Amino acid sequence: MTGPADAALLAAVAIGCVRGSALLGAARWPRRSPGAAILLWQALGLGGGLAAVGALIEIGLPAGSSSVADGVGQVARMSSHGDLFPAGQPVLLVLLRLASLVLGLALLGQLCWVLLASAITVVRARRRQRELLALLGRGDPKAPGALVVDYPTAAAYCLPGLRSKIVVSVGALDLLRPAELAAVLAHERAHLRERHDLVVLPFTALRRAFGWSRVCAEAHQSVALLIEMLADDRALRARSARALAGALARFGTAGCGGAGSAPDGALAVSGAAHEGEMTARVTRIMTPNPPPPVAVRVAICCAATLIVVVPVALLVLPN
Amino acid sequence: MAGSPATRVGKVTNVNRLGDLERAIMDVLWGTPQSLTVREVSAQLTERDLAHTTVMTVLDRLAKKGFARRERDGRAWRYRPAATREAYVTELMLTALDQTGDRSAALARFAKSVSGAEASALRGALDEIEGDGGG
Repeated sequence: MTGPADAALLAAVAIGCVRGSALLGAARWPRRSPGAAILLWQALGLGGGLAAVGALIEIGLPAGSSSVADGVGQVARMSSHGDLFPAGQPVLLVLLRLASLVLGLALLGQLCWVLLASAITVVRARRRQRELLALLGRGDPKAPGALVVDYPTAAAYCLPGLRSKIVVSVGALDLLRPAELAAVLAHERAHLRERHDLVVLPFTALRRAFGWSRVCAEAHQSVALLIEMLADDRALRARSARALAGALARFGTAGCGGAGSAPDGALAVSGAAHEGEMTARVTRIMTPNPPPPVAVRVAICCAATLIVVVPVALLVLPN
Repeated sequence: MAGSPATRVGKVTNVNRLGDLERAIMDVLWGTPQSLTVREVSAQLTERDLAHTTVMTVLDRLAKKGFARRERDGRAWRYRPAATREAYVTELMLTALDQTGDRSAALARFAKSVSGAEASALRGALDEIEGDGGG
């Protein structure tokens, strides 16, 4: 296969991933099978990113290079010798090529950098949380395995990591019935056990890097909701649907003068909730749909594998 | 006084974790309006039976972490909290409630609060859940 054909295929994969993301974001089936949908999102993100970077780099490589590494090496040698514009080639074409190569490398650099930057932000924020919790959190027999903080607004969250913690505010203890609290704790334990934070992190990074991109925003929002649904499903293995849905409904209405309204209304002003996310979770807990058949789930796994393997193969295999 | 060896062991395991001790000492600082010397802090932790140097070490750590401020008073240091307990609780929970911007990836919240049409939909769902079999 030649360079231009590779570049065209990679560009096609990248565009396909963007189109696929838009379709997946609008699809209904992910709610029935959040695990499979998350896998597909990850594949689209990784495959699409690799393909976009790969296409730009492949376009930028000199004709006749045997591999990506060889081509980049050739360009580096040419530029160090000061003869980036070989005789007999149109200057404009060479310029376009070089621009594409630089753009591809810059995109790769940016993707790596935002991932690292997001990871650093997260690690710092968690360290601060841990320090504060060491001074402010206390054990409470009402919430076994969790730290309780004296704060009137209902809040429940987990702090993932090697020394993970589940945190519940006094407001949440007052708001929830014992069975509901147990369901909340089961949900948070599922997040910690399955390290859902590591699933969301790359999508947070993408959104941060490409804030203007609707696809990135939608991917992040979808994955964030899907891990909540996944944790809901795990909690339902040990807890009743009524307890979990009841806890969700109470939390959702806590900030706006509903049952057990929060004294300072802090939750109400957070306003970050995407329209319909909470009702979507409650609805699928109370009236569950069967997951898609095994064959469909296998097909999704195969598709996810292909989306990643194709660009990798195009980039790694010699021309 | 020091008590029997058995109770001593019990106390030692109680304060074994430095974190527990940091928090007990912060509680002392938060509970006193004026700044305190190491000796005064130790005096308020009588039931813990701690060495003077231990208390000094922990206060020093708290100062390094920024939770306590210290100032010279003759030959001794006096310590006071850098901020009120309430201020730290607020910082902790506002991060958790995602009102501080880009830290949302650091932790996973159970649920968000909603308003408007979705809130009334949720209230409806809650009535249904509660009406369904009572509880």
